[in-house]
Amino acid sequence: MYHYQKSLSYKIFIIFNYFILALSALLCILPLIHILAVSFSGSAAATANIVGLWPVDFTLDAYKKTIGNENFVRALLNSLLRVVLGTSISMACMLCAAYSLSKSDHAFKGRKIYMWFFVFTMLFHGGLVPTYMVVTKLGLTDTIWALVLPSAISSFNLILLVNFFRTSVPKSLEEAAIIDGANHFTIFWRIYLPISVPAIATISLFTMVFHWNSWFDGMIYMSNVKHYPLSTFLQTIIVQQDFSKMSVDAETLKNLSERTVKSAQIFIAALPMLIVYPFVQKFFVKGIVLGAEKE
Amino acid sequence: MQTQTHLESQTVINKKKKLKKNGWNLRNTWQLHAMLLPAVIIVFIFQYIPLFGLVMAFQDYEPWLGFLHSPWVGLDHFKTMFEYEDARQVIWNTLIISSLKIVFNIVVPLAFALLLNEVYIMKFKRTVQTIVYLPHFLSWVILGGILIDMLSPEGGIVNRVLVSLFNIKPIFFLGDNDWFRTVVVITDVWKECGFNTIVFLAAITSINPTLYEAAIVDGANRWQQTVYVTLPSMLPIIIVVGTLSLGNILNAGFDQILNLYNPLVYKTGDIIDTYVYRVGLLNGDFSYGTAVGLFKSIISFILVVAGYRLAYKYANYKVF
Repeated sequence: MYHYQKSLSYKIFIIFNYFILALSALLCILPLIHILAVSFSGSAAATANIVGLWPVDFTLDAYKKTIGNENFVRALLNSLLRVVLGTSISMACMLCAAYSLSKSDHAFKGRKIYMWFFVFTMLFHGGLVPTYMVVTKLGLTDTIWALVLPSAISSFNLILLVNFFRTSVPKSLEEAAIIDGANHFTIFWRIYLPISVPAIATISLFTMVFHWNSWFDGMIYMSNVKHYPLSTFLQTIIVQQDFSKMSVDAETLKNLSERTVKSAQIFIAALPMLIVYPFVQKFFVKGIVLGAEKE
Repeated sequence: MQTQTHLESQTVINKKKKLKKNGWNLRNTWQLHAMLLPAVIIVFIFQYIPLFGLVMAFQDYEPWLGFLHSPWVGLDHFKTMFEYEDARQVIWNTLIISSLKIVFNIVVPLAFALLLNEVYIMKFKRTVQTIVYLPHFLSWVILGGILIDMLSPEGGIVNRVLVSLFNIKPIFFLGDNDWFRTVVVITDVWKECGFNTIVFLAAITSINPTLYEAAIVDGANRWQQTVYVTLPSMLPIIIVVGTLSLGNILNAGFDQILNLYNPLVYKTGDIIDTYVYRVGLLNGDFSYGTAVGLFKSIISFILVVAGYRLAYKYANYKVF
């Protein structure tokens, strides 16, 4: 596109540049490949630390043991429930709110107050302890609601949706609908939602990723390991290596602490992200640009 | 057609007149209020009610006495915090780790975006961008699990490579106070680099091409173009990213630290959030935990507001 002299030094730089970039990309992907290789290796090879980027003594043992572990499967199901329920509640509440907030200050008196009500939560938090106490006092501990309700409204995502509604729904369409006697619910349902499918998909994906990855709330609000979502479960057994909360026999315990099984569990937890990643990435880029260009 | 447009504008005018007459105009807007209700209720319960719980910071809160009957102690907990060696060390750790993260999370992605911008094979560019962005989507639980395995002094792959290349003793990266902060900063940059790279790349592509053409006419080579056109044009977005991350100066990465640290490295790796979690929830010292958390919230609030103001002043950036 630009015409400039391709000097020798520039050509050398270009080769060097490709090399550096390829190396950085490799650095980002190699850890995952290593874990994958360990998970497919025989447990003797893994313990002897001879696995690099390719499985040694290929076997599916670790995956069989993981799938056979009922604690793991239950945690996986908890996570799926959390993602589905959490995302639906979040999106339903945020979309309705964003519709109202997308009106002009003139047409909707009080909009500014609501807007500040939400923005303030981005600026100031009560902190960990008071929030924990509210959730406990409401009796939400050991229920799925402790995981989906406190984080249901993300002010940041809400503002993204408001900005999207404001910039991409044609005002003329809305005015025409008003003249035809449509009320706000109809306009929201028939005009706003169909037009905003890409934005809704983007924010839904943000929310799903958030729920799949969250683990800390599971750890502080769930006292019974049966209610742990997958991330919390993995945090307990892989990062903390704490098996005390699980009533497991010696055999299962031995399986759980095997390096190959740990790797298999890590990989299974990462898998949904790896699958949706290409889609999410495209949308995330849009989201960032959406966020950066709003005015 | 003409009449319709006329009618339309007439209705709009009528509506405006009506609006001016009765301020809140609930007949037309009750539905808008109703649609906000679920979100408002959830935010009120889970974000605003905890604010009342902040009174605990000024009490010796006992669960069986409740907020109303727990004894008041004024600013005692805040005093304890500043007198207590542990707490001072924690604040210091937080500041060091987060400042290093802020700096490197701007410098590395910026350099990376500039390098990517010199790539003209689109497929290569897109592939690199996609891969570098990947770790951002994996949680610290997954990455923590991977890192603990890879950085282990007993046969972790990193130590194996280092030992075979440089013939040194294995390093206990996650258990050594000399190494912990370095590991935290490097792994954080590794995870989050892709995000800011995309922000910076978007800024580069929106630079007006005529600026480059003018520079070329003046005989500027690619390096000079980068220094005199690209970087100055990117200054506003760099300022925005920098000032907005000011608000994070007390967030040194709770998820990351909690998944990587252990009692061996509390001295250099313990940060405010992990400290609040341990003393507040694990040890059950609700009041002290709340006080430390409140201290953090207030400082963060001031910095976030200051950050937004600076971003607005110097880069004309508005959040909403």
